[in-house]
This record gives sequence, structure tokens and C-alpha cells, in this order.
Amino acid sequence: MNQNYSAVAQKSPSALATSKVLRNTYMLLSLTLLFSGFTAAISMAMNMPPMTYLISVIGAMVIAMFVLPRFANSSAGIGIVFLVTGMLGFGLGPMLSMYASLPNGGNIIMLSLGGTGVIFMGLSAYVLTTRKDFSFLGGFLMVGFLLVLVAALANIFLAIPAMSLMISAVVIMIMSGFILYDTSRIIHGGETNYVLATIGLYMTIFNIFISLLQILGIMGGDD
Amino acid sequence: MDWMKIFSALALVMFIVFLFPRARDMMKNSPKGSSADWMSFVIPIVAIVLFIALLIQLV
Repeated sequence: MNQNYSAVAQKSPSALATSKVLRNTYMLLSLTLLFSGFTAAISMAMNMPPMTYLISVIGAMVIAMFVLPRFANSSAGIGIVFLVTGMLGFGLGPMLSMYASLPNGGNIIMLSLGGTGVIFMGLSAYVLTTRKDFSFLGGFLMVGFLLVLVAALANIFLAIPAMSLMISAVVIMIMSGFILYDTSRIIHGGETNYVLATIGLYMTIFNIFISLLQILGIMGGDD
Repeated sequence: MDWMKIFSALALVMFIVFLFPRARDMMKNSPKGSSADWMSFVIPIVAIVLFIALLIQLV
């Protein structure tokens, strides 16, 4: 009996810590997504100009890369996550307004939103049920992401619609891989900070949503 | 809006420069996956491709 208790006591701390990180991550992720929706609605109501997207994304990325890691272990980190996600949501406003003004815009936005939710929940459920370790994907995903960024850089000047479509499709594949990778890291104890875990998963959801919006927009005759 | 293109390009270049060392580090230190591991990645990705094709049909 004592041996059983001791075995449980030896296993519990890491298993409990992992499930706590996962629970806190999903809770913070839900709140930040709601907050982003709120700031996006404010941005739409204020009729913000298109450049808002660029400024918000660059500002949010700078804060996420250089400020957040310094405060990730303190309560200020949670505030910074809300600041980053709020800025990203605010930046989405003009884009959503543009899509909403299209004849089929409401449908495109709702399909992108629903599609993103299905992809995220499906992949998360896949990792949580199989408990597979996807740490082998790390290098592949990072290199793939860098290549996509280089392609996106070229397409800023080339402005080829087919290339935009291809980039968006590849971004969805890579971000889906990051969902598998990040979730697997959390459940295998590779990520113990729920603030950093949340921002990682939020970025994947944000990128999938934007890419789906572009794909469905182009395929829906928006080009 | 040419300045927006230049601003976007500069931001992307900075992002690439920032991520490059991390990508190189991850390439060196990532464990190798077996063919079964890669299959467990490919299957959900194929499912997502089919799902996106379905969404396109619904637009």
C-alpha cells in the first residue's frame, strides 16, 4: 500500500504540472481569443484604415519576441499576452470590414472562423488522444516557415495571386504542424510556461484564420 | 501605397534574420523522426487539405 502511494507520489508532480500547464494554456487562449474578437469589433466600429493591420502586426510581433520572454514568468506576462493578442485583433478589424463589405463576405468570414476552430480542435484532440511526440517536427517546421517568409517577401513585389494562394495554403500546413508540435511539447513537459505556450498557439490560430480568409476570399471570387 | 510594401518587406526581412539562428539551432537539435512518425504527421495534414477543399466548395 505504501509502495503504491509512493509510486503515485513520484509520478504525480510532473503529470499534475503538465495538466496544469495545459489547462492554464487553454484557459488563457480562450480568453485571449475572446479579447481579440472584442478588439477586432472595436476596430471595425471605428472604421480603422488598412494600414492598421500592418502597424498592429509589426508592433505585436516586436512585443511578443522581445518583451514577452522577459516577463513570461511573472504575472505581467499575462497582461503582455492580452496586449499582443488585443493588438492583433485590432489589426484584423480593417481586413474583416473589407471582407464583410463583399456580397459573400459574411459567409467567407464565418467559414474561416469555423474552419480555424475545427482545424485547431481536431489537431489538438489528435495529439491529446494519441499522445504522440512531435518534437521531430521542430527543424522541419522552422525551415518551412522561413521559406514561406522568403516567398511572401518576394510576392510583396511580384504580387502574383496564384503565389498568394500557394503561400496561404502552405502557411496553413505549417501552422497545423506547429499546433501538433506545440501541443505535444506541452503534454511531454517540453513547455512548462503557459504564457509562452498560449502565445505560440494563438499565433498558429491567427495565421490559420488569416490564410483561410485569403484562400476562401480568392476562391470565392474576391480577387 | 508603396511605402506599405517597403515597410512590410523590411519587417519580413527583420523577422527572417531574427528567426534564422533559431531555425538553424532547431535543425541541428531536433530528434530524427521514423517513417511511422512522419506518417502520423502526414495523415492529419492530408485531412486538413481535404477539409479546406470542402470549405472552398461551400463558399
